[in-house]
Amino acid sequence: MTTATLLPTTDRAVRPARFDDALRSEWTKIRSVPATFWTVLVALVVGIGLSALISAVAANHYLSSTASEKAMWDPTSISGAGGALAQLAIAVLGILFITSEYSSKSISTSLMAVPQRSRFLAAKSVVIAVVSLVVAEVLGFVSFFIGQALISGHAPTASLGQPDVLRALIGIGLYGALIGLLGLGLGALLRSAAGAIATIVALLYVLPAVSAALPSSLEHTVEEWWPTQAGGQITNVVRGSNTLSPWLGFLVMCVFTALVLAAGFYTLDRRDA
Amino acid sequence: MSQTAALVPSLGQKIEARHLTKRYGPTVAVDDLSFEVKPGMVTGFIGPNGAGKTTTMRLILGLDRPTGGQVTVGGKKYADLPAPMREVGALIDAKAVHPSRSASNHLLSLAQSNNIPTRRVHEVLGLVGLDSVAGKKVGSFSLGMGQRLGIAAALLGDPPVLMFDEPVNGLDPEGIVWIRGFMRQLAAEGRTVFVSSHLMSEMALTADHLIVIGQGKMLRDESVTDFVDSSSQHWVLVRSPKLTELSAELTKLGAQVRPGTDDSIEVAGLESRSIGDLAFAKGVPLHELATQGASLEDAFMEMTHDSVEYRGVEVAG
Repeated sequence: MTTATLLPTTDRAVRPARFDDALRSEWTKIRSVPATFWTVLVALVVGIGLSALISAVAANHYLSSTASEKAMWDPTSISGAGGALAQLAIAVLGILFITSEYSSKSISTSLMAVPQRSRFLAAKSVVIAVVSLVVAEVLGFVSFFIGQALISGHAPTASLGQPDVLRALIGIGLYGALIGLLGLGLGALLRSAAGAIATIVALLYVLPAVSAALPSSLEHTVEEWWPTQAGGQITNVVRGSNTLSPWLGFLVMCVFTALVLAAGFYTLDRRDA
Repeated sequence: MSQTAALVPSLGQKIEARHLTKRYGPTVAVDDLSFEVKPGMVTGFIGPNGAGKTTTMRLILGLDRPTGGQVTVGGKKYADLPAPMREVGALIDAKAVHPSRSASNHLLSLAQSNNIPTRRVHEVLGLVGLDSVAGKKVGSFSLGMGQRLGIAAALLGDPPVLMFDEPVNGLDPEGIVWIRGFMRQLAAEGRTVFVSSHLMSEMALTADHLIVIGQGKMLRDESVTDFVDSSSQHWVLVRSPKLTELSAELTKLGAQVRPGTDDSIEVAGLESRSIGDLAFAKGVPLHELATQGASLEDAFMEMTHDSVEYRGVEVAG
């Protein structure tokens, strides 16, 4: 059992560990736990299923809707409406990617392997951004084609050739990547899945709903600038009232996500592991 | 010299701590420790539970930040090592592994982070005897299997410096014998081996050198033989048909005498040679004269008695 442990001398000439080594390591980590599979499955099933349901219902109500409602009819947005719920699964994927390191204490092992904490978090960020982007993009396109098929014959449909439709569909992936990163940042900051999930639910659903109780001028400002609401504009074709333009909204969410990640990094870097 | 060649982790690296201190609020976990851990031998790091052994190791690995002082491995801070797993292998907490990841994927992710060839994963699994459970989830492992996996992870980069925190915990007797031999072998290969334990008897069988701490403070930093010599009195067993007479003479010379088993006495404060000479001079026949080695456990208990954090009350007999 205890035969030669030394590597052949030729192998001992080593190069320094690099960022791409950390990337490969984090990719192995995310693909080798069942939680990833289940979270992605939930995101896709819930997102696509709910989108199809909403598309069918909305299409059937189109004829009976008012003229102003018809003017706001956005079949691209409707066919991806299930994403509003699926994004929670993507956020949870980002959260668990780092909080599971704390709950299992494997953070110690990970930081022994990659003691540069900036490299560690950057590798995790790239991996979660890519995985979230791919999942959201698949969700967006599949939902779009199913939704348009369901709407067709009942109401006007969207197609990829129409202005801004492709931008909105690609936007679903971009928005998804930011949601995954937001989860990662919150996880790094709070180090607990429960705390981070509660926070992301508040950010995505509770606080925007509560803002409705504010005086209308303030409410509109909050509606416009609330980071996740603003970021979501990139997935719409028809621009609603009290909303920022798609790219300005996306920029707002980028800045917000960057701030949360920076806070998460500060915590990771300063506190004992 | 080319840049690559300069990075070859060579044997002969020291761990050096200088005034290392770690405070948690008012509690001082590590209190001004300065020591060197040298290559080619097993250095035992020993102290009662809560003495600061794990904290010291975490400070060496850069997992926790020192409040004061510094510690280096091969002259560098851990975070500045270009490929840390190829220079230092450490087992700190055997359970510090994601429970639903397989043993081989756990090791693979570690190997990739330091550009260690993938085949090394299978090599180290074989080395610790876990090849048959490589694909099993770590959560299903016993504590002993977890320890073996932790040791496998430490060996991945074939590092010249190895640190093990309480490695025998949870190992079965066969595993304990194995790890002892293994640490001795690693030291014999010229590596620096730093092992913590709260059991002196364990260290007696494995270590060449001891660093003893209590409540974060340095108590001893010496070889195992010096440790025994310096920390406890030797008793000399004496058997003679004229014990009463000899006892009186020994006491006159200031030696401490206590009754032993079966018509013997035990003497402290005089070497066996002096006792023999005295007996000869007084015409006392000796049937046995033997120096009793103090057990390491006795020495350790004596030394750390005042620095034990939790202690049971002796039951009145």
